Amino acid sequence: MLCRLLFLLASGVMLAGRAQAAEADHVTASHAWIRLLPGELPASGYVALRNNGVSNAVLVGAHSKAYASVMLHQSTQDAGGMDRMTTVSRLAIPAQGEVSLAPASYHLMLEQAASPPKVGDTIDITLDFADGSHLPVAFLVRPANAADAN
Amino acid sequence: MKLLRLARLICLLTILLASLSMSACHQDQPPPWQLSDISGHMPDLSFQLTDDQGKTVTAADYRGKVTLLYFGYTHCPDVCPLTLAHLHVVMQQLGKLSDGVRILFVSVDPTRDTPAVLHGYVSAFDPHAVGLTGSPSDVEALTKRYRAAFTREPGKADGSYDVSHSSGIYIFDGNGKARLLATPADTQDKLVHDLHLLLSPGDTT
Ligand SMILES: [Cu+2]
Repeated sequence: MLCRLLFLLASGVMLAGRAQAAEADHVTASHAWIRLLPGELPASGYVALRNNGVSNAVLVGAHSKAYASVMLHQSTQDAGGMDRMTTVSRLAIPAQGEVSLAPASYHLMLEQAASPPKVGDTIDITLDFADGSHLPVAFLVRPANAADAN
Repeated sequence: MKLLRLARLICLLTILLASLSMSACHQDQPPPWQLSDISGHMPDLSFQLTDDQGKTVTAADYRGKVTLLYFGYTHCPDVCPLTLAHLHVVMQQLGKLSDGVRILFVSVDPTRDTPAVLHGYVSAFDPHAVGLTGSPSDVEALTKRYRAAFTREPGKADGSYDVSHSSGIYIFDGNGKARLLATPADTQDKLVHDLHLLLSPGDTT
């Protein structure tokens, strides 16, 4: 009896886990690109994210083999016209909603490239969600002075 | 008879002159600028810094050029490149006229921004961009002159750090007079429009 209860409990936990682990499954990425800066300077990554699910998907970070450091940042400007960057630990993409990582807003700050990327390369960056699920995205490397959203 | 003709001529001339001066008046207003007019509100361009070739330069070296002064730093991967990329588009739209313009990118992070780093950085954006760096006190003096603030944020574990900085673009005419202020919210079209006016030979103010 106890055994059966434990089994039910365990499978219940597993099911819940599986349902939750689907955050990344409901998110689609588009217009992913990297603004490449010369030398060893940090680059920034941008991507439009859409959540087709029925609950929030929460982006908590990203990682990549191509960069030793990938951080989720936000650029903000205060009333005095001061620009600053802050680290973002959680970025919710609302159910049936969209959030863009875009210039002068949310971005991935990419540092310590494993090998110098070139314009035209695609670089794989994996987006990490709060439930531990992942979304691999291919980012197109564009020149420093790319002005339009691709 | 002769006198009458002369009187008529004078009359015509007067009307002509009057209409000319009226149309000139109409051209004077509304103000032609689409960006914020800061004429008389900000001091003339003045500095002594090191350019991205390692040469000591002063504001006098840029006399005869319309200059766009912008404070930033190269480890800023998001907002600074966006601004410089926009200015690159503006330069392209100005075509040949862009030769009369210099973008002065002044580093508010002179510790990391050596002339060599700055050279690679500005060259990646536009041939009319110049990187300027100097001693922390020289850079600070220039930011203070234009009431542009910057602060170094607390460092991270790996020793890197960010710098918060003012986002305005200060525009000076060929005589080094402060003329216009652009913010990142201003469109490229506004910049192109006003730079056209500043670069036209008729601008003597
Ligand atoms: Cu950043």
